[in-house]
Amino acid sequence: MFKRFASLQWKSFFRSSNLGKSLGIKIVMGFFAVYMLISLAVSGGGMYFLLRKIFPDQNPIWIVSQYFIYWILMELMLRYFMQKLPVMDIKPFLTTPVKKSTIAHYILGRSAASIYNLLTLFFIVPFAIVLLFNDYPVLNVLLWVVAIKAIVLSINYINLLVNKNDKVLIAIVSLLVLGYGLDYFGVFSIKEFFAPVFHALYAYPIAVLIPVALALLMYYINYTYLKDKIYLDAKLKAKSVEANTSDLAWTKRFGEMGSFLQLDLKMIWRNKRTKSQVYISLLFVFYGLVFYTQDIYSSMMPMKAFVGIFMTGIFLSNFGQFIPAWDSSYYSMMMSQNIPMRKYLESKVSLITVSIVAMFLLTIPYVYFGWDALAINFGCALYNLGVNIPVILYFGSFNKKRIELDQSPFGNMQGASATQFLVMLPVLVVPIIIFSIFYYIFNLEVAVGVLSVLGIIGFAMKNYLFGLITEQYKKKKYGMIAGFKEKAS
Amino acid sequence: MITIENLSKIYGAHKVLNIESLNIPTGQSFGLVGNNGAGKTTLFSLLLDLIQPTTGHIINNEVQVNTSENWKPFTSSFIDETFLIGYLTPEEYFYFIGDLRGQNKADVDALLAQYQDFFHGEILGQKKYLRDLSKGNQKKAGIVASFIGNPKVVILDEPFANLDPTTQIRLKQIIKELAEQKDVTVLVSSHDLIHVTEVCERIVVLNKGEVVRDIETSTETLKELEVFFGSDNAEVIVE
Repeated sequence: MFKRFASLQWKSFFRSSNLGKSLGIKIVMGFFAVYMLISLAVSGGGMYFLLRKIFPDQNPIWIVSQYFIYWILMELMLRYFMQKLPVMDIKPFLTTPVKKSTIAHYILGRSAASIYNLLTLFFIVPFAIVLLFNDYPVLNVLLWVVAIKAIVLSINYINLLVNKNDKVLIAIVSLLVLGYGLDYFGVFSIKEFFAPVFHALYAYPIAVLIPVALALLMYYINYTYLKDKIYLDAKLKAKSVEANTSDLAWTKRFGEMGSFLQLDLKMIWRNKRTKSQVYISLLFVFYGLVFYTQDIYSSMMPMKAFVGIFMTGIFLSNFGQFIPAWDSSYYSMMMSQNIPMRKYLESKVSLITVSIVAMFLLTIPYVYFGWDALAINFGCALYNLGVNIPVILYFGSFNKKRIELDQSPFGNMQGASATQFLVMLPVLVVPIIIFSIFYYIFNLEVAVGVLSVLGIIGFAMKNYLFGLITEQYKKKKYGMIAGFKEKAS
Repeated sequence: MITIENLSKIYGAHKVLNIESLNIPTGQSFGLVGNNGAGKTTLFSLLLDLIQPTTGHIINNEVQVNTSENWKPFTSSFIDETFLIGYLTPEEYFYFIGDLRGQNKADVDALLAQYQDFFHGEILGQKKYLRDLSKGNQKKAGIVASFIGNPKVVILDEPFANLDPTTQIRLKQIIKELAEQKDVTVLVSSHDLIHVTEVCERIVVLNKGEVVRDIETSTETLKELEVFFGSDNAEVIVE
C-alpha cells in the first residue's frame, strides 16, 4: 500500500499543470538545501577544533550540550516557517478498502523523511566522526548520535502537533528571547541548567532510551490524533468561524479607492496566511538588532543599507510580490465587474505605503546606535516608497499562480514561482549596489542622499509609472485569469 | 443588444466554439443549452472578456467587448462560485458589488428586500462568511448579486444547478419577471431542458461549438429538444 501511495504522490507532482515552474522552484530549493547541508557538515566537522581552540579547558561535547536547548527552540521556529506539513488528499481513499491506520502511518512516515530532519544530523554526524578520531568512547558517541536523531524526530512530530499554531510560535520565540536574555545578562544561566541534561545523553549511554521513548510517544500521539481526523467532517467542521461584520466606514473617505481598501483590509484580517504576513513583518523590526549589536558589522555600511531596505520593505515584499494573486480566487469576477484597474492597484499601493511608513517609524529607536542608522533607514524607506513599490507591482503582473487564501496552514510556498526569486533582485540587491557605489566613492551622506533622491523621483513620477503598470495589468489579464483558475496541487 | 460575428475559439487543434452570426435583441430572454463541452461556458466567458476570441468579436450594446471595457457598467453576471469573495459576509459582498456599480447601501438594501423569499432566511444576517455557506446558498448570493445596479444584460451560467426545488421554482419566477422588463436582456445556460424552456423566449442549442438549433419557444419546444438530445446528433464530448 505504501508503495502505491508513494506512486500517487509521484504522479500528482509530475502531472501537475504547472510542473515546469514548480520543478524550477524545487531545483532552486534543492540547491539551497544542498548548500545548507554542506555548510552544516563542514561546520560540524570543524566545530570540534574550533571549540577546542576557543574553550581549551572545556570538553566540546559539554559546550554543544550547553547550546542544545537553543538549537531545539531554533529548529522548532525554523520548522514553523519552513516545513510543509505532510498532506495528502485522503478523500478518494475514504470509501476504498484502505485501512485508516495505513493512511495515518504513511502520512507520518513520509514526514520522517523530510529534509528538515537531516539538518541536525548533517551537523552532528561529522562532529561525532571527529570525536571518534579523537579517541572518544565509541559506544557513547554512537548512542549520543542516536539520541539526537530521536530528539530531532520528536521535534518533527511535535511540530506536526503544533500545526502552525501562532500561539505556540509566540511562546517559542518568547522562550528563546527570554532564555537568551537571562543568559546574556547573567541573571540565570539557561545554558548551565540544561547542559547536564543533554550531556547525560553522552555520559550515560543508557539514557538514549529517553529520547527514543519520547520520539515513539510523539509518533503515537500523532497517530491516534490523525486516525481520528480521517473523516470528511472532522477536516471540514473546525473551520467555520463566526463572521464579524464591519463596515469600516472610514475607508469611504478615500473615494473610489475606498471600497478596494476595505476589501484588502478584510482580506488581510480574515485570512490566516495574510494575517501571519503582518505578524512576520512586524517581527522583522528586530532584524536590525542582529547587525547593529555586532561589532563586525559596525563598519560595513552596505550591510546596514540591506537591513534598512529589508526592515522598511518587509511588508512590501511579502505582500506586494503576490499582488494580484491574493485576489486570485475571485479574479474573473473582478475582471468582469466595472473595476477601474487603476484604483484597484492604488488601494494596494496605499496599504504598502502605510506599511513602509509604519515600519520606518518603528525602526526609529535604532537611532540609539547612531544617527547613521536613522539616516540610512530613512533613505531606504524613501527608496522603497518611490522605486520599489512600482517595481514590485510591475513584477506582480507576471503572477499567474493561484493562492488559496482559506487553505491557510498548508503549503506556504503556494503562489511562489521563479518570478518571486527574480523580483528580489531589483528590490533588494539594486539599492544596496547603488548605496555601496556611492558610499565607497563618496561617503555615507551622498549614498543616503542618492537613495532618497531616487525615491523622490519615483514618487514624483508616480502617476506616469502607475499608468504604465495599469496598462501592463490589462495586457496580462487573460493569462492571469487562466492561471488563477488552475488549482495548485 | 448583443451581436456575435464570426466568433471562434480554438485551443490547440480543438475548435471549441464557432459561431458565424448570432443576434440577441434587447429585452430577450435567451436560453443556451448543450451537452458538456458544447461551448456554453466558453461563449459566456467570451461575452465577459475573460478569454480572448481566436477570430471574430462580440458587440454588446454597440461596444466591442474585447477592445473596450464600456460594456461593464451595464452587464452583470454570475458564472460560478469563483465570482464570490469567500472572506466576506453576504451583506458585505452585496455592498461591495453595489459600490462597484454605483449603488449606495440603501439602494442595495432595497433590492435585497425584494429577494427575501428567494434567500429563505439563509443568506442575510447569518454571521457567516461566504466561504462557509453551502454550495446552494453561495449560488443564491451570487445570483442576487448579479441583479445589483440595474444591469441591462444579465448572464447566468447554470443558475439552476445545486439549488433545492423550492429555490429553483422561485428562481424561475425571478428570471421571468426580469425578462418581462423590456430593456433587460437575460442570458441563461442550463442542462435542464424543462427549466430553460419555461423561462426563455428563445433557445439556442450548441453542439461541439456550433449553433445547431435556434428555436422560438413554444409548446412544442421541449419535445423538439428532447428528440434532439435523445438522438445521436448530440454527442457528449468527454473532457
